[in-house]
Amino acid sequence: MKTLFAVLTALAMALTLSAPAFADTPSEGGYDLAYYEQYKGQGLSVNVYNWGEYISNGDDGSLDVNAAFEELTGIKVVYNTFDTNEILYAKLKTGGSSYDVIIPSDYTIARMIEEDMLRPIDFDHVPNFRYIDPQYVNPDYDPQNRFSVPYTWGTVGLIYNTTMVDPGEDMETWDVLWNEKYSKNILMFGNSRDAFAIAFKRMGTSLNVQSQEQLDEATQMLIQQKPLVQAYVMDEIFDKMTGGEAAIAPYYAGDFITMHADNPDLAFAFPREGTNIFTDAMCIPKDAQNPELAELYINFMLEPQVGLANIQYIGYSTPNAAVYDLLDDETKQNPVQYPPKELLDTFEYLTHPDPHLAKAMDDAWTKIVSADQAYSDMLLPAVLAVCVIAIVALAVVRTVKKKRPQG
Amino acid sequence: MPKAKYASLPYILWSLVFVVAPLALVVVFALTTPDGGFTIANVTKVAEYTPVFLRSLWLAVLATAACLLAGYPLAFIMSRQGGISQRTLVMLIMLPMWMNFLLRTYSWMTLLENNGIINSLLGFFGLGPFRMINTQGAVVLGMVYNYLPFMILPLYSIMTKIDGRVIEAAQDLGANSFQVFLRVVLPLSVPGITTGITMVFVPAISTFIISRMLGGGANMMIGDLIDAQFLGNAYNPNLGAAISLVLMIFVLLIMSMLNMFEDSEDKEGLIL
Repeated sequence: MKTLFAVLTALAMALTLSAPAFADTPSEGGYDLAYYEQYKGQGLSVNVYNWGEYISNGDDGSLDVNAAFEELTGIKVVYNTFDTNEILYAKLKTGGSSYDVIIPSDYTIARMIEEDMLRPIDFDHVPNFRYIDPQYVNPDYDPQNRFSVPYTWGTVGLIYNTTMVDPGEDMETWDVLWNEKYSKNILMFGNSRDAFAIAFKRMGTSLNVQSQEQLDEATQMLIQQKPLVQAYVMDEIFDKMTGGEAAIAPYYAGDFITMHADNPDLAFAFPREGTNIFTDAMCIPKDAQNPELAELYINFMLEPQVGLANIQYIGYSTPNAAVYDLLDDETKQNPVQYPPKELLDTFEYLTHPDPHLAKAMDDAWTKIVSADQAYSDMLLPAVLAVCVIAIVALAVVRTVKKKRPQG
Repeated sequence: MPKAKYASLPYILWSLVFVVAPLALVVVFALTTPDGGFTIANVTKVAEYTPVFLRSLWLAVLATAACLLAGYPLAFIMSRQGGISQRTLVMLIMLPMWMNFLLRTYSWMTLLENNGIINSLLGFFGLGPFRMINTQGAVVLGMVYNYLPFMILPLYSIMTKIDGRVIEAAQDLGANSFQVFLRVVLPLSVPGITTGITMVFVPAISTFIISRMLGGGANMMIGDLIDAQFLGNAYNPNLGAAISLVLMIFVLLIMSMLNMFEDSEDKEGLIL
C-alpha cells in the first residue's frame, strides 16, 4: 500500500512537473461534483481547528472558503481557532474535544506522530495532493508523508528599521542581535524553541538541540544577550516593529509584506548562517469522528482557486504548485516570500527534540528570562517557615491578650 | 431547617464539582509523575523557581500597598458624600471594569511605549523619552490600575457604615482631625482594609498577562510560569500543579496572617 502510494505520488509529481500549464486546472465551479457531493444531504459536519486569521473568510471580496465548502458538499463546517501549537497540543492531549482537521506546525506534527496522536491519511481520497510541489513532499517531520498535507510554509528572518540601524551595517547575520550598539533596541523571540534556534544557528550548529554542550553554550550566549534585549515577545513584534519601537527583531517573512506596507522604513534580511523554514500542515487526529469528511475538506483546501484565496489572505508562501502558478509575477519573484532555491536549501526545519534535551532547554530558558540574581534553593522553604512561625506567634499573643482582664 | 438544607443543595453540589474536585486534582497532579506514580519531585523542583516567586511576591506587595494608599482616601471621601455624588463616584470607579481586562492592559502598552502617547507628549515639551514599558514599574502600574476597584469598594462599603455621629463625638471630646482618623476611622475600617488587601493581593500575585504585556517577558511571574507548564513549550502539568499548590499555600498563610489583625466581631458587612 505504502509503495503503491509512493509510486502514485511519484507519478503525480512527474505529471505536475511535466505539465506546468495545468490544462486541467478546474476553474470556479469546475469541481469534481461526484466526489464532493457524495455526502450531500446527510446533515453531516466537519470539525476544523486552525490558527486564527489563517483562512480566506470572505473579507474584502475574498472567497469565503468555509461557506463555499458547505455549499458545494452540504457538509457543515464547525470552525475553531487556536493561538499556539502548544494550546492545540494540550487540547488534543487532554481529550474531551474531537476535531477532524487540525493544522499544526512541523515540530508539533513530529511530536504527535511520535506520540501516536495522528491518523494516517488515505491519499486515495485526496486526489489533489498531486498539486503539492515535490519539494514539500516527504518532509523531515513526516518522512514518509503519511500523516500530513502541507498548507503553507514560511521562514524566519531579520526585520530591521533602516532609520535606526547604521547605514552599511551587515544585517545578513544573527550577530546583529548581539550588537551592543543596538542595546535596548532589540526584540527577541519569547519562547525557548525559537530563541535557542537563533543562538544555535549563530553558533553554526543545527537549529535543533542535539547535545547538552550545545545547549550550555547557547544558554551562555542568550544570557549575554539579555541586557541588550528590550523585550521577549512573539506576536507583539508585529506592532512594535511597525510602530518604530525597536530597531531589529527576528520575525516571519510572511508578515513582513504587511509590515512593510504599514511602515516603509522596515527592511528584511536572511542571515547567512541559515534560518528556520516552517510548514503548517493539515492533519487528522487519531480520534477524529469523521475522517472521510476531513479528507474531503483537505482536498478542497488544495483546489487551486481555494488555495490561491487562502494564500493571498494569509500572505505566507504556498507549497501548492498549482496555486503558485496562479500567483502574479511580482509575488512569485519576491525573494522574501519565495527565496531562490540555493538559499532555500540552507534553511532548516524544527523537529521534535529528544525529550530530556527539550526539558533541559525549557529549564534553561526559564532561568534566562527569570533570574536576575541567584537565590539559594532553601530560601523559599525558609520564607514559608517564617510565615508559619509568625502566624503561631500572632495567635499566641492574641490568646495572651484575651486572657488578660479588660480595662 | 430542612427547607434551608434543600435550598443549599445546588450550591453544595456546585462547590463539590467545581471547587473541591479541581483542588483535589491539583493536589493529585502535583504529587504524581506523568505515568501516575507517586513523587514529591515536582514540589521540590518548585524551589528552583525561587527568583520568580520572590519577584511575584514583591511586585504583588508593592501593588497592594499602592492600591491601599491610593484607594483609602478616596473610599473615605466617597463614604462622606451624599446621594447623587456618591452614586456617581461609585459608578466612575466601576466604569473601567466594563471594558475587557486585556484591552485595558493593551492600551497601557500604547501609553507607555518609547514612541507611545506619554513619551510623545513629553517630547513635545523637550523631555524624555523615558523608558517606561518593559520594566517592573510598568507591571506594578498595570496591577494597580486593574485591581484598584477591588481595594476601593470593600473599603467604601465598610466606611459608609461608620456613623457620622461617632466622628462628631470624637471631635466634641477635643480630638483633632489626625486623632479622629487614627483613633476612630482607622480602627473601624480595619475589616475593609483586610478584605481589600486580600482582594488585590491574591489576583496580583498570580497574574500572568500583565507581566507579559507590560513587563517585556523578562519579568516573569508565577502566573507566567504556571501558564508555560500548561499551554507553553514546557508542557508539564504535574510541575504546573505543584507550583500552583505552593502558591496556594503561600496565599493561605498570608491571608491567615491578615485575619489575625482583625477582631472576629467586626466581620459583618464584609464583601468576602
